[in-house]
Amino acid sequence: MNKTVNQKAWFFVLPVLILVAFNAIVPLMTVVNYSVQETFGDNVFFWAGLRWFEEILRSPRFHDALGRQLFFTGTILAIEVPLGVIIALAMPRKGPWVSVCLVLMAMPLLIPWNVVGAMWNIFGLPELGLLGKTLNTIGFDYNYTRQPGDAWFTLILMDVWHWTSLVVLLAYAGLVSIPDAYYQAARIDGASSWAIFRYIQLPKMKRVLTIAVLLRFMDSFNIYTEPSVLTGGGPGNSTTLLSIDLVKIALGQFDLGPAAAMSLIYFLVILLFSWIFYTVMTRGEEQ
Amino acid sequence: MALELKNVAKKVGADTHIHPTNLTFEPGSFNILLGTTLAGKTTLMQMMAGLEKPTSGEVWFNGSNVTGVAVQKRNVSMVYQQFINYPNMSVFDNIASPLRVAGLPKQEISKRVGEMAELMRISEMLDRRPSELSGGQQQRTAMARALVKDSDLILLDEPLANLDFKLREELRDELPKLFAERNCVVVYATTEPTEALLLGGQTAAMHEGRVVDFGPTGEIYRHPSGLTSAMVFSEPPINLARAQVKSGWVLLDEGVSWKAENGLAEGAYTIGIRPHHVSPVSRSEKSVVIEGKVKVAELTGSESIIHFQAHDYPWVSLSHGVHPFESGRFARFYADMSKCFYFDEDGRLVDLAAAGEAA
Repeated sequence: MNKTVNQKAWFFVLPVLILVAFNAIVPLMTVVNYSVQETFGDNVFFWAGLRWFEEILRSPRFHDALGRQLFFTGTILAIEVPLGVIIALAMPRKGPWVSVCLVLMAMPLLIPWNVVGAMWNIFGLPELGLLGKTLNTIGFDYNYTRQPGDAWFTLILMDVWHWTSLVVLLAYAGLVSIPDAYYQAARIDGASSWAIFRYIQLPKMKRVLTIAVLLRFMDSFNIYTEPSVLTGGGPGNSTTLLSIDLVKIALGQFDLGPAAAMSLIYFLVILLFSWIFYTVMTRGEEQ
Repeated sequence: MALELKNVAKKVGADTHIHPTNLTFEPGSFNILLGTTLAGKTTLMQMMAGLEKPTSGEVWFNGSNVTGVAVQKRNVSMVYQQFINYPNMSVFDNIASPLRVAGLPKQEISKRVGEMAELMRISEMLDRRPSELSGGQQQRTAMARALVKDSDLILLDEPLANLDFKLREELRDELPKLFAERNCVVVYATTEPTEALLLGGQTAAMHEGRVVDFGPTGEIYRHPSGLTSAMVFSEPPINLARAQVKSGWVLLDEGVSWKAENGLAEGAYTIGIRPHHVSPVSRSEKSVVIEGKVKVAELTGSESIIHFQAHDYPWVSLSHGVHPFESGRFARFYADMSKCFYFDEDGRLVDLAAAGEAA
């Protein structure tokens, strides 16, 4: 058989290529470009080599922000994934309540991110916020604008409130796709509800949970809007996550070179973690 | 260890899924539930197993009432149409799971799993996961799990439906042998009349939530109790036509007639004749000629299935050999009416032998 060569095909993929070039490749290369140069404004650039990368990787400020970021992401994953699975297991699988539950679960996901930040900002105010006032009234000395511990507590609570639904919805989708026959077979075997969870539900949810963890990992690692509205990184630097720090360097101090280098390191860290996680989770599935 | 259903019925809301049903399955018997999808086979099986509670009536097993007893407390196995195995357990662990729940010693478990795997010809697969097996092997694993624990009642719900033709033949062949030495009640649901005939045993023909016929499989096929039973148990569908019996002759609506059998009382009947008794070639002089317009001719390698319209009735002819027909053409078919069933106004089969003796 002769292969027909049709060079016109390139013409048809051109729009996509242009689109990708402008929204991904060009900006990324700009950042790469900045990361190896120094500028004092006026569009004058000097070659800086890997100096910014060395500076960032050695800076305690970056280490601290990265540490805070890892702590934040680790904590919310450790809470949201099990909690999401538990809620999904408790949701009804049939009947009129299914849609009610689904709509309720989808609600937090529909709220714009800066609104979520503003909501919790007000919610937590010690003098007039429902949460802040209540906690203070019952005897807790709660003030998220002054005490780092309280700021973290509020930040994590906010993220759990906002994003657990996503895990719930994905886990639920995994659960309802299990045919009834599996549950019947387990009942015939006399399997306990723990055994049903361990040997039927969990393995059947593995794929969607992998996706859920990946999404939550990447999103929480990139999180900016909500903490920036809620605490602005404070008190002090206590809740300054990577993205907040990055914006401070890039826009606050206008250090384009270090900010660009940091962006690339940031990007590579996310890529690395996601890749490791995905590889480990899908290892045994190739055949 | 007989299984008895006493007036068992199942209603869900206003819908009746199973009408009051009485059935007795003897120990060591192979029983087939034959019926189309939604005939109630699965519901009936689930009530036998104790997975569903009947709305009324009782299930008795081995002389005791087990109606409300949970499925875990009965000694039941079930195989499904989908291949149901624990996804992240090896084949060995899958087969061993019911024995482990029963708390058998390790040695005994590996001995029995080994034997069962050999019988099912999956010995080489024991270390693999179900997802690494072919459909047939997955179903063999599911069957091994069901058979390994010496159940009193084994339920198979269309176990071969999702397998390809070759595997289906193989397993269908092996199945009755696997149960032959056991003293348990086996119930097998299928939608295919041919499968029921090949498996033998006893058949309960089901239609719209009722058991319309029950008895030895061949017997039910040759002497269906009535019109519904004959319809359930015929593939391709049985040919039906209205007929009148008058002064010793059977008259079909379209003016076709033949001499009535002895003892057939005068009156209106529905006649039923299976497609393989209607042939495009004349096989005996007594054959009755039916003329019709050919609609579709399905030619398989060795058989011809020809659908044709004779006056008001759709007819099907099933014959050996390849008989090509152009659709839209008129053709003559030869029906061997000595093989036809006569159903009275209530749809009951007229027992010609008894009627002949009485006359």
